[in-house]
Amino acid sequence: MANVLKKTQSLHDRVTHYCAGCGHGIVHRLICEIIDELDIREKTIAVAPVGCAVLAYDYWNFDTTEAAHGRPPAVATGIKRMLPDRIIFTYQGDGDLAAIGTSEIIHAANRGENITVIFVNNGTYGMTGGQMAPTTLLGQKTKTTPLGRDKIREGYPLKISEMLAILDGVYYLERVSVHNPQGVRAAKKAIKKAFINQIENKGFSMVEVLAMCPTAWEMPVKDSVKWVEENVVKYYPLGVLKQNAQ
Amino acid sequence: MNKKILMTGNEAVGEAAISAGCRFYAGYPITPQNELTAYMAKRMLEEKGVFIQSESELAAINMVFGSSAVGKRAMTSSSSPGISLKQEGISYLAGCELPAVIVNVMRGGPGLGNIAPSQADYFQSTRGGGHGDYRTIALAPAYVQEAAGLTQLAFDLADKYRNPALVVMDGLLGQMMEPVEKTQFTDYKPKLVKKPWALTGAKGRRPNIIRSLLLKQGALEEFNERLCEKYKAIENTQTRYEKFLTDDAEIVIVAYGLTSRIARHAVKALRKKNKKIGLIRPITIWPFPRKAMHDCAKKATKAFLVVEMSCGQMVEDVRLAVNGKRPVYFYGRSGGGVPTNEAIEQEILKIIKGL
Repeated sequence: MANVLKKTQSLHDRVTHYCAGCGHGIVHRLICEIIDELDIREKTIAVAPVGCAVLAYDYWNFDTTEAAHGRPPAVATGIKRMLPDRIIFTYQGDGDLAAIGTSEIIHAANRGENITVIFVNNGTYGMTGGQMAPTTLLGQKTKTTPLGRDKIREGYPLKISEMLAILDGVYYLERVSVHNPQGVRAAKKAIKKAFINQIENKGFSMVEVLAMCPTAWEMPVKDSVKWVEENVVKYYPLGVLKQNAQ
Repeated sequence: MNKKILMTGNEAVGEAAISAGCRFYAGYPITPQNELTAYMAKRMLEEKGVFIQSESELAAINMVFGSSAVGKRAMTSSSSPGISLKQEGISYLAGCELPAVIVNVMRGGPGLGNIAPSQADYFQSTRGGGHGDYRTIALAPAYVQEAAGLTQLAFDLADKYRNPALVVMDGLLGQMMEPVEKTQFTDYKPKLVKKPWALTGAKGRRPNIIRSLLLKQGALEEFNERLCEKYKAIENTQTRYEKFLTDDAEIVIVAYGLTSRIARHAVKALRKKNKKIGLIRPITIWPFPRKAMHDCAKKATKAFLVVEMSCGQMVEDVRLAVNGKRPVYFYGRSGGGVPTNEAIEQEILKIIKGL
């Protein structure tokens, strides 16, 4: 009988530290499957964020560096400019990319750095215990918005991908979600494209992945999936935000 | 025979970096170091290196972090307020044991201060600067030629110890022109080391990981102790200073950078008046040449005078070195004020009267 399922070489066989229902494990797996399929493991260099995914290098079987909170696009710029034939990606959460690191992501995107950015948006600061993120939805209760996010008090959820999509330096930008199997398949397709773009020297590619954080959201896993479907996807519509024709 | 080039301190640092094999530079505009950024923009084009005018000092230091993580020699420069912003990255460089050269062409502070020369970042340069338990090698040139030499040394030491190294000079030295021997650049051979830790792609080896996060109980303490050993080794072998007429000196002036050049004039003038005055010039401000002062205190020296362009920062290190054995006096100008040799002479004469 043919072996139709095998372990992903780019992913170490380890017990996960992520919570039940967390989106990170799915996204890790997708990235690693793609790296295997593209046969680029030996020339991939990843930049891990600050946040729950800070320990990504415990799972990834390729070279990885940490970066200060929000700075992965700057670190990736330094790496890619010095080693243009390697494949560089940053893995960032919403606090990292859309709050403390807005400057770094905007300018790396605007310079059209030939890197791949995986932006995992779960609308909260998971590792620090569930504070409001820039992407937290209006009305959503967090540790720092006990009454729910209020547009007058806290401002509106930040649509950072829409902001980035208008920049000339961005080659490809798509928003996907990993809350259901169809979404996971679409996510894999998008992430793969973002890597292939880099291999073909097309320029800056980013995929925003909507993900669940049942622990910080204080919801059962089932409800967190429903939350994404009924609320998150409505505010952050899925699909291609930018596909440069060149 | 054109053996010398007339250069500013900023330009000399830039050419020294090129001669050291630095092919990555990221910087952000700030006075009085703009000549260095412009110089690197031009030279990196010629050398097919990478020059990036970053969106911020934070981005610049993190680009240097990335370049260093893949094993390349990288540099950034700024002036005081910008160096404050870089401290986050410097702490991460130290924590990840990555080499890098950071040039600080100091101006007056705190805050935006002014753009006049200053030595007020001594504490910041010698105490780590950012958060956590670490040290940065800090080299303080007094001459344009020396600015070049110490920049080359900064690259070599950063690589050798896998630690960020600072070149610290005041705005005046950055902007003034002096002749520099061409051989400073042509004869220098960078001490390149193997970097098996560098991220180059995990081909034929296990993945390399660069990290400063050590959550396992006891792991960070163990790492901090190892760093501490490294800093001790740097202190034991890399302390540099210059002594001038100290053997019989009853009063020794301690001054670094440009201030030391002014103090040297004061020493010469006082020697003509038969006053036994000498000078110690720290070249590394970290590691600090404590032993030099300690040795003087054991011999003829009855008192020390520390001269700085600040309200008194290095004076604390001199007091620690002398450890109460001799009085340590201080004379300084701050906020862009530059001490004159006459004022230093007056200070010495006052001390002599009181001895």
